[in-house]
Amino acid sequence: MKTEPLDTAGIEDAYDRIAEAIDTAGAHRELFLVKLALTLAWRSGDPQMLREAIAIALLDLDAEAADRSR
Amino acid sequence: MHQPRTEPRQSLYHDYQVHDFVRPAEMDGAGVVHPVAIVGAGPVGLVTALALARLGVRSVLLEAEAQVSEGSRAIVLTRRSMEILQSVGAVAPFVATGLPWKSGRSFFRGHEVYRMEMPHDDDDRFWPGTNTQQQLIEQYLVDAAEASGRVEIRWQTACTGLAQDESGVTLALDTPAGEYQLRARRVVAADGGRSTVRRCLGLRFEGENYPGHFVIADIRADLGLPTERLCFFDPDWNPGNNVLVHREPDGIWRIDFRLPDDETPAAALEPETLAARIGRVLEMVGRPVQWQLDWATVYTANTLTLPDYRAGRVLFAGDAAHLLPIFGVRGANTGFQDAGNLGWKLAMVELGLAPEALLDTYSHERVAAAREICAEGGRSTRFMSPPSPGFRLLRDATLSLVLSQDWPRPLLHWRTSRPHDYSDSPLNTAPTGLDGTAPAPGMPVPDARLGEDDFLLGHLPDGFVLIGFADDAGTLAALERSAAQAPTHGAPLSCLWVVDAGLAGADRVVDSLGRAPARYRARNGDCWLARPDQHLCAGWHQPDGTAIGAAIARALGHDAAAGIGAEANVILESDR
Repeated sequence: MKTEPLDTAGIEDAYDRIAEAIDTAGAHRELFLVKLALTLAWRSGDPQMLREAIAIALLDLDAEAADRSR
Repeated sequence: MHQPRTEPRQSLYHDYQVHDFVRPAEMDGAGVVHPVAIVGAGPVGLVTALALARLGVRSVLLEAEAQVSEGSRAIVLTRRSMEILQSVGAVAPFVATGLPWKSGRSFFRGHEVYRMEMPHDDDDRFWPGTNTQQQLIEQYLVDAAEASGRVEIRWQTACTGLAQDESGVTLALDTPAGEYQLRARRVVAADGGRSTVRRCLGLRFEGENYPGHFVIADIRADLGLPTERLCFFDPDWNPGNNVLVHREPDGIWRIDFRLPDDETPAAALEPETLAARIGRVLEMVGRPVQWQLDWATVYTANTLTLPDYRAGRVLFAGDAAHLLPIFGVRGANTGFQDAGNLGWKLAMVELGLAPEALLDTYSHERVAAAREICAEGGRSTRFMSPPSPGFRLLRDATLSLVLSQDWPRPLLHWRTSRPHDYSDSPLNTAPTGLDGTAPAPGMPVPDARLGEDDFLLGHLPDGFVLIGFADDAGTLAALERSAAQAPTHGAPLSCLWVVDAGLAGADRVVDSLGRAPARYRARNGDCWLARPDQHLCAGWHQPDGTAIGAAIARALGHDAAAGIGAEANVILESDR
């Protein structure tokens, strides 16, 4: 496992792959995303990284409401 | 006036015995003070009574019904429960009729996705699970209680209220012949999840109720399947839910499934609805055979406990003290451990050998156990019965993953009930001179196979026991001398020396297979002190009598009287 974050090219590649996989999953995209999250959590072997990732992903889920509050 | 049902309950495999109401002396003006009154003659109340009886303390059991309980209810006895039943002299019929098992399989979309083998080795007399229906559990225990000569069961006697003062508890009782009051120095509330005693004292559970209702249906059918726990996730006839199938004695099979969220328990128990679902389950296991319904009910999952199991002279045990999820067979099995823990402490206090503070350690140890079980049981329950969309999604994702991956499979483990380790008990004395991996104070006494059908736990006497290992006559003599010199503070102390054949004699067991030292990581001269509930509380290499006496004093709660957490190895003034 790499311990450094992906570089720009890497995250661009991840962006495309995840988007395409969501489209492939179709109606099962929610299940796919949870399977992906669980698999990445297992592969990372790093509970702290997972906690940080969850915290980041929970931010600004409703972007319009966030804009209004600023 | 209390009028319980007096027609025998119906069962395909058990002939219910209806017990008459017997007019007690109190109704004719006798002023009797009972040492211990136990409200509820279910499994926990009965084992508590037997544990008291083994140490010479009489009790009166007050049971609202005229017969043992209806339906199979708690069907799985863990190894620890069997050991407790053995310790109170009641295990023989359970061994004779129970179905032993050690494994389970889980299925998803027609694939076996998880197989669990529960630990079991040659040193264990009892299997990880033994299936016996609760009516039979209660009947065997009633038989043992009646044989003990120290337990009086008063059938058809409902507790309706209580008041306690400095010297005892007065129970208000209702019977078919009218009301009366019973006086006892202490009361054990073992009257189940809807405990009247708990309600009378205004005590409330802490914890969580989980959503969802579950159906249990017991059927008689010839399925020809082995005794193992089968779990089917997300069957096509009950999408999103799961089904458990387990074998009981007498050709009975337990079928257990969660209801769809929009269905009421009453609708689920409608005969046609139930029959259709049972038919689907039998198709699912590949056995679409004729069957006959024995009993059905609906239950919910909870992880609830009282924060304290002692309210003055009233002590709570079993479901009256906590409600635990069925997943992992935690209900009655946790209650048996309560009973084992409470029985000897209550006996020691009643016999004047221990301070009242010993009873606080019952709550300390068993509330900690219940909280640990709530945490573990909560995990099982959240997987088996997801309480929110998030938990449901994760459960579904895990099931989808296990079709191709091994790593998520441990998430399907149902975390079977296991004995609590009282490692932080104030009754423990820190071990000295033992191997670092040797059994530690707080653990249940490990069993060990001594011969082909001969196990160490089967030889443990009642009361405190010194378990020592001696390879030669000199070491054995030194251990015997220390034991003889130890001040016991009046407590019953026996010795069990594990020796080779050449040293056979009284108080000795011959380790003919030579396995026991390895089980205990024991060297020549190592010795442990076991409490009457068969949990270790001290260990040494070649102890002297003073050390043994101090450990007994501590285990009797003399240090706890000065506050839980007092320093170990305090010697009583009376010992000096």
